[in-house]
Amino acid sequence: MTVVENRRPRKNIALSLVAILLSVVVFLVPFAFIVLTALKSRQEASRLDFSWPTQFQFVQNFVDVVQARDYMLIIAFINSTILTVASVTIMVVLAAMVAFVLQRRRTRWTGLINFLVLSGLIIPPAVVPTIWVLQKLGLFRTMPGLILVEVAFGLSFCILLFRAFIATIPRELDEAAIIDGAGPLRLFFRVVLPLLKSVIITCVVVQSVTVFNDFVNPLYFLPGDQNATVQLTLYNFSSSYSTQYNLLFMDILLITIPPLIMFLFFNKRIVAGMTAGAVKG
Amino acid sequence: MVSLEARPRTRAAGPAPAAGRKRSPYSSWFYLPAAIIYAVLFLVPTVTSFYFSLTRWSIFDSQFIGFDNYVTFFREPALVSGLWHTVVYAVLTSGLKVVLGLGLAVLLTSQIIGRGYLRSVVFFPVLVSTIGVGLTFTILMDPEEGLINESLSLLGIQGPGWLTDPGYALVSVALVDVWKGVGLATLIYIAGIVSIPQEYFEAARVDGATAWQNFRSIVLPLARPATFTVILLSLIGGLRSFDLIWAMTRGGPGFTSDVIASVIYKQYQAGFYGLSTAGNVVLFLLVTAIIFPLSRYLNSKEVDL
Repeated sequence: MTVVENRRPRKNIALSLVAILLSVVVFLVPFAFIVLTALKSRQEASRLDFSWPTQFQFVQNFVDVVQARDYMLIIAFINSTILTVASVTIMVVLAAMVAFVLQRRRTRWTGLINFLVLSGLIIPPAVVPTIWVLQKLGLFRTMPGLILVEVAFGLSFCILLFRAFIATIPRELDEAAIIDGAGPLRLFFRVVLPLLKSVIITCVVVQSVTVFNDFVNPLYFLPGDQNATVQLTLYNFSSSYSTQYNLLFMDILLITIPPLIMFLFFNKRIVAGMTAGAVKG
Repeated sequence: MVSLEARPRTRAAGPAPAAGRKRSPYSSWFYLPAAIIYAVLFLVPTVTSFYFSLTRWSIFDSQFIGFDNYVTFFREPALVSGLWHTVVYAVLTSGLKVVLGLGLAVLLTSQIIGRGYLRSVVFFPVLVSTIGVGLTFTILMDPEEGLINESLSLLGIQGPGWLTDPGYALVSVALVDVWKGVGLATLIYIAGIVSIPQEYFEAARVDGATAWQNFRSIVLPLARPATFTVILLSLIGGLRSFDLIWAMTRGGPGFTSDVIASVIYKQYQAGFYGLSTAGNVVLFLLVTAIIFPLSRYLNSKEVDL
């Protein structure tokens, strides 16, 4: 991000210290609490206080959580990974295709399609009728069913992000490719898609985190222990392990790691992509 | 994300229709795969929900009963209060996100030490799972042993039963929602403030403007599109909010933190599919009645800028 020099160039030290102190209390303490509790023994964790563990039980707690309920957490991680990778891939490719044609070609359908895209962002999904549709298709309680649901609900956001970005790509590029004999497919996949890289990254990161952290859709559309995603195991842990806070927090910690890695790798990119696409329009 | 109304180029700027070739290089079938998935799993359920909300429904067969579900819904005080809670929750969270997000963004675009660290730490909760955040704060907000009340008692303050006191439960969940979501609002505001041309600030400096005058006369009006985006996004999220409330209070104590989305889930769990779908239609109408006029109003304001 660019440096903004809208104030005195002198750094405001007092204000900085207050801000850093507040950020530690408000944002870092809760995370430190999660980590510390995850490392404690069962007795110490049950006191729920903010203290240094007398003995570190990282390995023991880790093994206990992983083994709980016949390695349910491993199954859940596999399920969540499949769900996230599949739905985000489909969502991003299909949304880019829609956004490309929607941005480039104006027909009498354009207004209607724009309206439908915005509706997808605003209107709350009708839950039980969706279950009914999935059941008619034989996809209720199946992973493909849930993947398609996530795609359907995530398309709008991606289309809006892509469309704003595609507006900044000059049309002359398309025309050059067409003169060179590229068909619509070649034009899109060979010429346009590579140019969308930065906004694709933003879309992939944001939607991966959303789908991976999604609790509501798996709860409704993929019930049952066999299919549990990580968020569902966490939710189930909270009722069955309500006295073993060390294990509960170890679970929270493990589940937070994939988004954390995403964040550390793409921190700057998320901001850049959002800035290019979302706000400037 | 709301101000994205496409500015189509004039037709003349596009490729001239080549003689003999009517086909556009922008094939309409590009819409098809997305359209099928969206139509089957979003539009069909949305449209059929209006019919199913008028039935007694067991998924396998449905029996038309007219407006009985709606009568039941609006006769039950616990369900009606859910409607009210939804509005309070949405307004409270988006109001706080606007105020805090703007404040933080101004702070994080000014010359302070540790700016990169502060930006990261504010944004990180956005990425953590709502269920994880909910469970953590449920424990931090424990009235007896929770860290928050223990810290307050060190200062000599008797903290309330955040989640167990009927008067506080909804507000407590809303505050956690703000804690988790303010990073996104801040990010949107930072993007808005950074895109303000530097000339304005330079001119203001020449005129000897104070920091407050800078904020009132430059940042506040020129960050208006960002404000609209934050308001709309957090209202949409707040009206539909379910997972945080479910993880922290499950609508309790009593029904004091029930919102429409949790009512929908409870009725679904109890097997009242028709009633649950009626709740969905009520939520649909509420969201539409608030968001569509508001977004139209805000977009019309934006043109004057």
